[in-house]
Amino acid sequence: MLKFLTRFAMIAVLGAGLLTGAHAEDAPDVLIKNATNEIVEILKTDKAIQAGDVKHTQDVIESKVLHYFDFNKMTASAVGREWRSASADQKAQLAKEFQTLLVRSYSNALTQYKNQTVDVKPLKMQASDVEVTVKSEVKQPGAKPVAIDYDLTKTADGWKVYDVYVAGVSLVANYRDTFGQEIKASGIDGLIKSLHEKNAAKVIEKK
Amino acid sequence: MSKVSVLKFIGSLLLLLNLAACATGGNPKDPWEGVNRKIFVFNEKLDAWALKPVAQAYDAAAPLPVRTGVSNVFANVEDVWIGLNNLLQGKPVAAVSDLSRFAINSTLGILGVFDVATELGLEKHEEDFGQTLGVWGVGDGPYVMLPFFGPRTLRDTGGFIVDTFASPLGYIDDIPTRNVTRGLKVISDRADLLSAGNALDEAALDRYAYLRDFYLSRRKSLINDGRRVRSNEEDSSIAGTSIAMDTDVEIGAHRLVFVMLDRAYPALHADVPAADASLTVAGTDT
Repeated sequence: MLKFLTRFAMIAVLGAGLLTGAHAEDAPDVLIKNATNEIVEILKTDKAIQAGDVKHTQDVIESKVLHYFDFNKMTASAVGREWRSASADQKAQLAKEFQTLLVRSYSNALTQYKNQTVDVKPLKMQASDVEVTVKSEVKQPGAKPVAIDYDLTKTADGWKVYDVYVAGVSLVANYRDTFGQEIKASGIDGLIKSLHEKNAAKVIEKK
Repeated sequence: MSKVSVLKFIGSLLLLLNLAACATGGNPKDPWEGVNRKIFVFNEKLDAWALKPVAQAYDAAAPLPVRTGVSNVFANVEDVWIGLNNLLQGKPVAAVSDLSRFAINSTLGILGVFDVATELGLEKHEEDFGQTLGVWGVGDGPYVMLPFFGPRTLRDTGGFIVDTFASPLGYIDDIPTRNVTRGLKVISDRADLLSAGNALDEAALDRYAYLRDFYLSRRKSLINDGRRVRSNEEDSSIAGTSIAMDTDVEIGAHRLVFVMLDRAYPALHADVPAADASLTVAGTDT
């Protein structure tokens, strides 16, 4: 009887663990770890991605990865000071185009995947923290590991990534100067237009 | 290309840039943007037509353990200089770790072919003299796109010259062996980057600017050993003021480069340039 009880308790604990594993209110490091494992698993099994089908990779990213990100915050940060002077409509368009650009670059990077392993470092955080950084390392046989850090913010909808640092460089801030110059030269609409053209050009390329 | 002809080359280039220095009104960190962009186009073509195909052939021909071994041998040789730089930056613990890496990998790792030290928990560091100058307070100086060698700042160009002098590869007496060794290093380094694919194409609105901003942030992060400056402090809106404050050190960096060139020039002698330039390409310093 006692044996049965302990076994039952163990199963219950395991079950609870699995349930929280799928929950949006995970601790940030657990969230990143689960998301990364999920993507690595897809990369290993999905033949179309392995064959370099960028359009398909993009669809997978959009359905599996997008909800981990806060694209509004990312776009605001990339646009910088001018974000405040943008209208609600311009903001929505900017966020949409920037999201497309990032998803495409990310999808393209993933099709290059070759047996990398990802090591997500455990995070020490206070219960009151609303912004945290989760560190990880991508290891590849025969190459130096690359540090990838994720900045996450706490939202009503769980933790969301709003910046990614590759080898210490913010992918979001890296756009700031280019975006700033574009806005200076041809306004916010000019930037939306350039982003749109960049995204559209790639679709044609692929056909 | 021997060290001296590399120096001569960089020296003439910097002089040329100084003469051609015209503020194009763009990024304050990139006053030589016009010339830099032309060199960038040249470097990209060189990569597309020569370097990348050769690296791809190498990647296809040599099995992974061989490529890893070759990478490791070059990396092992660098560890001594990395250790010295850590020492110069006041990080004796890291320096000891680097020198131990060299000792372990040169012996247990069979002349550096196997990176045993990493397995033993001694992490590989990434240091160079440009970073050491940065730690000492020398400002970036203007951004420079070097032909063959890729992006640098003026400070890092000075650092790169010192690094070139420090590299043991330059002290291989037999010239054909030296050229082959350097050529192999260029190919091996480029092959390591093949997996990066065409990330720059995909991500950048303006490849030149994207690479420049990436390089400058990457150097900043390296100098701080990965401790990052919060992103709003990197905001371009304050970049102007920090440049203004850095002017003194930047002039210092200018002078340093020219003093080093001065010292190097008397040693000049006729040298046949060979195609062994150690080349750095797109966002490569990882």
